[in-house]
Parts: sequence; structure tokens; C-alpha cells
Amino acid sequence: MSEAPRQGWLARLRAGLARSSDSLRGSIGGIFTRRKLDAASLEELEDALILADLGVATAAELVERLRKERFGKDVTETEVREFLAQAIAAMLEPWAVPIPHRERFRPQVVLVCGVNGTGKTTTVGKLAKQATDAGLSVVLAACDTFRAAAVAQLEIWGQRNGVPVIAGKEGADPAGLAYEALERAQRQRAELLLIDTAGRLHNKAALMDELKKIVRVLKKLDPAAPHDTILVLDATTGQNAHRQVEIFKEMVAISGLIVTKLDGTAKGGVVVSLAQTYKLPVHAVGVGEGIDDLRPFEARPFARALLGLDAT
Amino acid sequence: MFESLTTRLGNVFDRLKRRGALGEADVLEAMRDVRVALLEADVALPVVRDFIAAVREKAIGQEVIRSITPGQMVVKIVHDHLVQLLGSETAALELGSPPAPILMCGLQGSGKTTTSAKLARRLKLKEKKKVLLASLDTRRPAAQEQLEVLARQAEVASLPIVPGQGPLEITRRALDTARREGVDVVILDTAGRLHVDPALMDELVAVQNLAKPHETLLVVDALTGQDAVNVANAFKERVALTGIVLTRMDGDARGGAALSMRAITGKPIKLVGVGEKLDALEPFHPQRVASRILDMGDVVSLVEKAADLVDKEDAEKLAKRLAKGAFDLNDLRTQLQQVTKMGGMGGILAKLPGVAKIKAQMAEANVDETMIKRQIAIINSMTPKERRNPDIIQASRKRRIAAGSGTGVPDINRLLKQHRQMQDMMKRMKKQGGLQSLLGGRGMPQLPPGLFPR
Ligand SMILES: Nc1nc2c(ncn2[C@@H]2O[C@H](COP(=O)(O)OP(=O)(O)OP(=O)(O)O)[C@@H](O)[C@H]2O)c(=O)[nH]1
Ligand SMILES: Nc1nc2c(ncn2[C@@H]2O[C@H](COP(=O)(O)OP(=O)(O)OP(=O)(O)O)[C@@H](O)[C@H]2O)c(=O)[nH]1
Ligand SMILES: [Mg+2]
Ligand SMILES: [Mg+2]
Repeated sequence: MSEAPRQGWLARLRAGLARSSDSLRGSIGGIFTRRKLDAASLEELEDALILADLGVATAAELVERLRKERFGKDVTETEVREFLAQAIAAMLEPWAVPIPHRERFRPQVVLVCGVNGTGKTTTVGKLAKQATDAGLSVVLAACDTFRAAAVAQLEIWGQRNGVPVIAGKEGADPAGLAYEALERAQRQRAELLLIDTAGRLHNKAALMDELKKIVRVLKKLDPAAPHDTILVLDATTGQNAHRQVEIFKEMVAISGLIVTKLDGTAKGGVVVSLAQTYKLPVHAVGVGEGIDDLRPFEARPFARALLGLDAT
Repeated sequence: MFESLTTRLGNVFDRLKRRGALGEADVLEAMRDVRVALLEADVALPVVRDFIAAVREKAIGQEVIRSITPGQMVVKIVHDHLVQLLGSETAALELGSPPAPILMCGLQGSGKTTTSAKLARRLKLKEKKKVLLASLDTRRPAAQEQLEVLARQAEVASLPIVPGQGPLEITRRALDTARREGVDVVILDTAGRLHVDPALMDELVAVQNLAKPHETLLVVDALTGQDAVNVANAFKERVALTGIVLTRMDGDARGGAALSMRAITGKPIKLVGVGEKLDALEPFHPQRVASRILDMGDVVSLVEKAADLVDKEDAEKLAKRLAKGAFDLNDLRTQLQQVTKMGGMGGILAKLPGVAKIKAQMAEANVDETMIKRQIAIINSMTPKERRNPDIIQASRKRRIAAGSGTGVPDINRLLKQHRQMQDMMKRMKKQGGLQSLLGGRGMPQLPPGLFPR
């Protein structure tokens, strides 16, 4: 291939991208103004869902449903959006479940895990706030003994919440620390123990073993612990989230998800197929870096946001 | 990274290549499959769209349909476009005159702080630079402490933490300190920020205006999905980016962000993070990645490429036999002959990733053209029956073959052993339905056993 068309293609692509990212943001917007639902509009609709990270298969499935019901009919833009939002909300409704308070366990042990940088430590800080607000006595365990200043970070969250943080030395064995933390929380008769763990990529066997060991060790003190094992998922993550959930679930029996960083432009659409495929509740969503920026996960507003509809 | 995309595309291409004539419909179908493969790898939709349109346009052209190997032509067009997407040159950091500031920016949790420390370590060790690390992250709990700890681990200086100072004050202090202390490079680590947060984006612009960095690097998580477009565009609009760092390339994402980043921003990927430790930072070699996605172990395409130069029928026969997992000494000879006709090892090797590594291995193993010619001579000295069924070659036959080819019995043994290994490899490949087995655990290129004796 010669040099000239090369540049031509890339240059065109770049110019196109500047436009497309704008137009796609409200992509469903321009598609339907009361006209026949035809193949071209369905395709554009599918693209819009793909852009929200729903994945090709789920997007196609949803659009197919729409096609079956409305193809060739006159539809308005809003009708189409509402149709899809409702379909997605219905899929997610059964999975919108907060973290249950399990009074019979003292403490209820919540293990928080996930890949690097998703927002685990921040989420632990936010959960502690909600729990203390609800009147529970909370203890935090800083089991990320690997990352630089991870302990210091959680300690600040502890101070913000006025709750104790159990920490070891950097490089200490996280499982040993988890054991110690549960022992102390039990002794103090704390109601909730939140365990922050180091970020780990699911494809690293040694790190996943480390996490399994934490679970094993907790069970020595309380066979039912951890009572909740939460995977923290970054909303900007694409289809790799499937692998994350699959492997974390296999390794440590994930019991629910929390999706963070929904205050950006990422829509977290991958959750739609995740909840279905893995039968996992979505407990909450992170919408900022502040202590109060954790909201219950609600199917309808989430689905409407996916489709660029307002929250009502 | 990339492995499953490789397999997906490989399947599409195999189907294409099995066809004789290609109609427009065949090409369109293949392009639909390519589109899905790219989207499932999280390549940005606008990039995928333009990619498919451009490839389709070329592939449906007369040239392809009329060519002898239309399937191969389409694959080549896809190859060329992917290479283009990734860019072809490794882009180095431009440091400028000391003290040269490097500004790191990106979304929350993308890996800015870790990358800052990795980069400092790299510049210190590889380029003997005197580096100063400064954290402008006054927002996240213990963010400044994190960089301080990492600086200590990297044995690089970090700017003392002064509580209460804002990002601009810290920047000023960092630049002053650097000038005073004869620092070559100042790395400015900033707080994570959303591209839609106007106040924080303004702050970043202010820092950039003050520091006037030669390099402003956007740090992006390789696991990012479709939002990568929005993020990269928004950052690019506000701060003049000079390059991208992709982190968490040690994950098993299919590499969509890596594929689309340059197309989105027009800026090169300069570095990739491949782990949490401070030595896990590498320059980005687009060519190597492209060949890893496309060419790796694509034996069939190697053979077909040879067909243009050598004998098409032979090549097709061999390709078919390979696909079945059959591989006798006749096949080995055909392949060896093609290697020599293709301009020797250079030609065939150029198609394999990690060329440098393989070349080193070859040099170590003393492989050269004359060796291949000798191997062909050995096979020529065998009877057709022996070539089809090497198991019957026992001591007396070996002596005869050695005498006939002017070699020694050890040479015969080595050739037979190589053939056995290759045969095993072919069988394994057939069983696994792909060429994944050629990739080592971490996707590092490994020398296929056989062709090059150890
Ligand atoms: N905008 C936004 N930022 C968030 C949210 N949750 C966390 N963050 C930010 O994301 C970054 C990473 O958060 P952490 O809590 O340190 O993430 P982590 O998973 O503990 O990270 P590692 O322990 O290093 O794996 C920080 O800058 C947080 O302030 C959220 O919901 N929205
Ligand atoms: N596996 C892997 N982890 C990485 C890589 N780069 C960074 N990390 C991890 O990702 C997490 C977040 O990294 P940071 O450097 O704190 O990210 P940041 O962008 O500075 O985060 P904020 O300042 O909170 O916005 C940490 O757990 C790092 O160890 C990488 O290349 N591979
Ligand atoms: Mg953490
Ligand atoms: Mg940071």
C-alpha cells in the first residue's frame, strides 16, 4: 500500500471521531422523529447500546426484541427509548438488592475485592459511613498490605468515619491480618467488619490464591464468613468485566457487585449482561469521591441513564 | 492481552481463505464477523466503523476478487489497516532541556501515580537522568504519601510534602527545586479527575500552562470499554497531549483500548504498564503488537504467502495437510524449500513476532541457510516410502541416507527429531483449533520447535 491513502484513511478517521463522539453521546437522539422503524434505525440503535458497553450480544438481543414488536410501525424517538429502558429495567429489577444487614452474625463480615484502582478502598470508606449512620458499630481491616500507602489511605477513611482501622505492617500477610481483624472485631462485639483488599488482576493466579487464603482463614473463626463478598467494578470497564466476574466468582464466591465512577460518562452497561449471566445482585453505585457518594442501585434510573433518558 | 482477539480474527480469516472465489457477500459476511470481534475486544465503535468501511471498500474492489487468492488478499487488507491503526513506529519520550517537566493525567485510578514512579525509575536507570517526583494530588487520601513511598522504592527524589499547598504552588516549588538542584526531569503526578469535571479540568490546564511540560501523558486503563473515546477526546481538547500510557496491559483484556487510542487521539502510545511493580513499564512497539494480533503462528498464511513465490499447488496441498494435522517428511521438505525460496530465514521470520528474540535464538543455535539446504538434501536422499513413514528409518537406512546426502548419521537423527517435534506441534494445534499453543503463558513469542534445532 502506498503512503498517501494511508494518511488519508487515518486523517479521515480522526476527523470523523471528533464528530462522532459528540453525535454519539446523544446518539439515539437524532435517530427517531416519528418515522418508520427500519433496518438502518435499528442498526443505529444497536450501536448506541454498544457505546454504553452493553456488549454486542446483549445489544443485538434487545434490538431484536424491539424489531419484533415495532418493525415497520411509526414510532417516535421517545417511544423507542422508553421501550428499551423498560426492557433493561425489567432485566435488572431482580438484581437491585442492597447489602443485607445480617444481625445474627456479630460481626457481619464484608470482604471487598476487585481489580486494581476500581475504588475498593473508597467504597469501604463510603460503606462505613452508611453503616455508622445506621447506628452500627463498624471496624475496618486494611488488608491491602502491598500497595504503597494503601493503609494510610484507609486510615484516613477510618478517621473520617470515626471507626477503628486494624492494620499491619506493609508487606504483612493479608490473611493473617484478616484473621486478627476478625478476632478483634469479635472481641469488641462489633456489628460490621469491612475488609479492604489489594487490587488484583483476576488472571494472576498467585494473587487470587492470596484472596482465597483470606477467605479460608476467616472461616476458621466463623464458618459462615465472609457473609458478603463484594466485587467492586469500575463503570469504565468494558467487556473484560465478564472475565473479572467469572473468575472472582469462581475463586471467592462473589455475592454481589458495586459499580463505581458512574459520575463520569461511562454508563456501565456491561452490568446488564453481568447480573443476568452470573445471577449477581448489584448492591450500590459510586457517584463521586466523597463520603456520601454511594447510592443504592436502582434498575429504572440506571436503565434510563443508559439510554440517555432523564432519571424520572 | 490480545490472545482471544487473535483467535477470533484467525477463525474469520480461515473461513475466508478456504474459499476459492470470493463474492461480495462473502466479504460482507467476513466483515461482520471482524466487526463483532473488534467490538468484543472493546475497540471503540467509531474506530471499528471506519475500519470496517475502509476495509470493505478495498476488499470489494476488482483487484481482490480477481486475484488468485482472494481470501488472502482480504486478510492482507485487514492486516495493513490494523498496522496503520496502531502506528508503525515506537515513539520515544521527548524530554527537552532540563529541568524537563512531564505531566501525568487521567481518570481516577488509571495508574498515574504508579506510572510516575515507574517512569522515574526507568529514566534513572536507563538514561541516567536525575529525576524529581512531585505529587500534585491534594485530594485523594494519602495520595502524596503513596508517591513518596514509591519514590523511595525507586530510589528517586520526591518533593517534600507541605500540607496545605495547592497543585499550582506545588508545581512552582517542584520547578524551583529542580532548577536549584540540577534535576533533569520533573515528573508531575496529578489527582485523578473526570473529563467532565470543569473545575478540575481547569486546574489541569493551569498546571500545564505553568509547567509547560514537553510531555503530557494521558494514563489510560487498558481494561477501558467504549468510554475511552469520550475520555481521550475530552482530555485532548483541554490539555495538549503528547502521548498515551496504557496500564494493566498485564490483564487479559482483548486490547481494544490499545487498538483505538491512537486513532482517537492521533497521539502515540508511548509506554505500557505491565504490572504493579516498579519495573513493570515498557515501551510500546506497535509493529510487534500488530503481528501478535495478526500473524502469530499463522502457519497457513505463511505457507500461502510462500505460494505466491513458490508453487501454489504445493502450498495448498501442504496447507490442507497441516489443517488435518498430517505432516510427513515430504511436507517438511516443501516447507524447507519454501523457506529458501522466500529469501531465506529473513522472509519467514519477518512474519513472526518477537523477531529480535528469535534471531537471537537462531544465532545461538547456529541456524543458517546452508543448514536448511543440507536438510533438504537429506530428505532428497530418502525413498518415497521413508518420507511418508519416517518411523521405518532405522540404523542401516540412516547410514545410506547420510552417505547419499553427504552428511552424518547425527544430522539424520537431528532432522528426524525436529520432524517429530513439528508433527506433535501440528497435532496439538489441530486439537486446540488454533495456534495459541505457540504463545507462551504470557503471550511472549516462543520459537516453534522443529524448524530451528536447539
Ligand atoms: N469519580 C469517582 N471516583 C471514584 C469513585 N470511587 C472511587 N473513586 C476514585 O478512584 C480512585 C481509586 O480509588 P481507590 O478506592 O483507591 O481504588 P482501589 O480499588 O482501592 O485501588 P487499589 O487498592 O489501588 O486497587 C481514587 O482516586 C478514588 O477517589 C466514584 O464513584 N467516582
Ligand atoms: N496490574 C497492574 N496494576 C497496575 C498497573 N499500573 C497501576 N496499577 C495498579 O492500579 C492501582 C491504581 O494505581 P495508582 O497509580 O494509584 O492510580 P492513580 O491513577 O494514581 O489513582 P488516583 O490517583 O486515585 O486517581 C494500584 O493498585 C496500582 O498498583 C499495571 O500496569 N498493572
Ligand atoms: Mg485500595
Ligand atoms: Mg494517584
